[in-house]
Amino acid sequence: MKIKLPVLTGEHFMNGDFACAEGAIAAGCRFFAGYPITPATEISEALSRRMPQVGGIFIQMEDELASMNAILGASCAGVKSMTATSGPGFSLMMENFGLGIMMEIPCVLVNIQRGGPSTGLPTMVGQQDMMQARWGSHGDYEVIALTPSSPQEMFDYTIKAFNLSEKYRLPVLIMSDEIVGHMTEKVVIPKKGDIHIVNRKKPKRGPDKYLMYRPEKDLVPCMANAGEGYKVIATGLTHDEKGYPDMSAEAEEKLITRLCDKIRKNKDDIIEFEVSELDDAEIIVAAYGSPARSALRAIRLARKEGIKAGLIRIITVWPFPEEKILELATKARAIIVPEINKGQIVREVERCSKSRCEIISLPKLARIHTPYEILNVIKEVNNT
Amino acid sequence: MKHTDIKICGFGGQGIILSGYIMGKAATIYDKKYATLTQSYGPESRGGACSAQVIISDSEIDYPEVLHPDILIVMSKEAYDKYVPGLNSNGMLIYDDDMVENSNKFPSGTKIFSIPATRFAEDIGRKIVANIIMLGFFTAVTDIIETKSMEDALLSSIPVGTEELNLKAFHTGYNYGLKKSK
Repeated sequence: MKIKLPVLTGEHFMNGDFACAEGAIAAGCRFFAGYPITPATEISEALSRRMPQVGGIFIQMEDELASMNAILGASCAGVKSMTATSGPGFSLMMENFGLGIMMEIPCVLVNIQRGGPSTGLPTMVGQQDMMQARWGSHGDYEVIALTPSSPQEMFDYTIKAFNLSEKYRLPVLIMSDEIVGHMTEKVVIPKKGDIHIVNRKKPKRGPDKYLMYRPEKDLVPCMANAGEGYKVIATGLTHDEKGYPDMSAEAEEKLITRLCDKIRKNKDDIIEFEVSELDDAEIIVAAYGSPARSALRAIRLARKEGIKAGLIRIITVWPFPEEKILELATKARAIIVPEINKGQIVREVERCSKSRCEIISLPKLARIHTPYEILNVIKEVNNT
Repeated sequence: MKHTDIKICGFGGQGIILSGYIMGKAATIYDKKYATLTQSYGPESRGGACSAQVIISDSEIDYPEVLHPDILIVMSKEAYDKYVPGLNSNGMLIYDDDMVENSNKFPSGTKIFSIPATRFAEDIGRKIVANIIMLGFFTAVTDIIETKSMEDALLSSIPVGTEELNLKAFHTGYNYGLKKSK
């Protein structure tokens, strides 16, 4: 007899990795393929227990290449699917992540970032894969990447990642970090009926008229699952609306432009950020993931000293909130960017600010910034 | 607004992280406060130095780590030497006085409580419940978490069949704490 516990409604004291696993179950994910790796292991651990309870499938694969391929296949068959890894596995998944982008397969890839490069620093925090998330697979494309800051957000944004992947037909990234993955806090799981779920658009025409890659107005094609009687043809080669390989410059132009535009033209629907004390802020901190929490304390401490400091917490690092950063740069004296890397997203902030204000990179490795490290930079700017 | 930074430290295998988990669960789920648990993570969980950091607050917690604990709970000599100098001024030090020799390195104004938790655990017959004895002691000598909440969090966090043993351990520490704090 199957035990059906699709949503663990209630209050839990739960770590970020477990919350991510519960978010996946609540979103309707019923297939997980992965290769456990610190600090993402608890996601596999949780789903190896939970998937059988909800009638889903958990597979421990031979490696990360196979894991990514398996979740693409499951999704083609109509089952919401996910994998989870950290830096070394993320590198291996990049090739088939690109395949998912090209074949427009909805699924979710979670990266609980640790220190790199290579096997690096397995048990300590990093945010060093942020540009790899954007450009890690070859070719031109747009991605969606979310950066939660708490276990509650690991639950909420895992659901959102599934919804975005189903809506826009692409693999969506959750670019979390070790601090958030291993941090334990209260996680409130709503009733099943109160959780907003988006499912892929199904074909509106009969099998004789259906084209796998004919886009609708939102540039996203309807998706027939394999085995439903429709012609399902998917390839990594450049293809036409039927899904047949088309080795022409025109086909490449048309397809890749659409793959980029389905994200670019819907960016207002996708982009999410949170602002604190920004109304009169002269010195702004732009942060994402765990350092955003240090930054929040830092601006609160600065306010106590009478310094007009504010925070923009970027939740969708990709697509990047370009217009918002330009707007902030136009009125601020400086934007400070603390990251657990040698300065990656700060480059985006520089690019988008168009030199309207000073941009200060605040890199750190293996630990999150203390609030005082950020406060000191705020004070330095304030005193100049 | 009340905000307490707590650090629990010892060596891997003593149940340090579980103590932090029970504390945080009691604070959030049963006392309806906010709590954040982070842990030093790595080879420590296989026997080296190990620590859990718990922040308990009446309002939402931003920065999740503990720089200078208000309360330090120490269950090994190594952890004592490493963390006691970082204790906040006017903080509280709680330690297992069979495991740790008090070397007076704590900041002035520190309130000090000690309990032979490991020995008591051995008396009960299971050395592994020293952490739960310490949790009971902590509950008695501080007023951060309701006793009932801690008991509920404890009972919902341990393996089925160990309830009696764990409650006995909890009350051993709790009753010793009540005597000590009079």
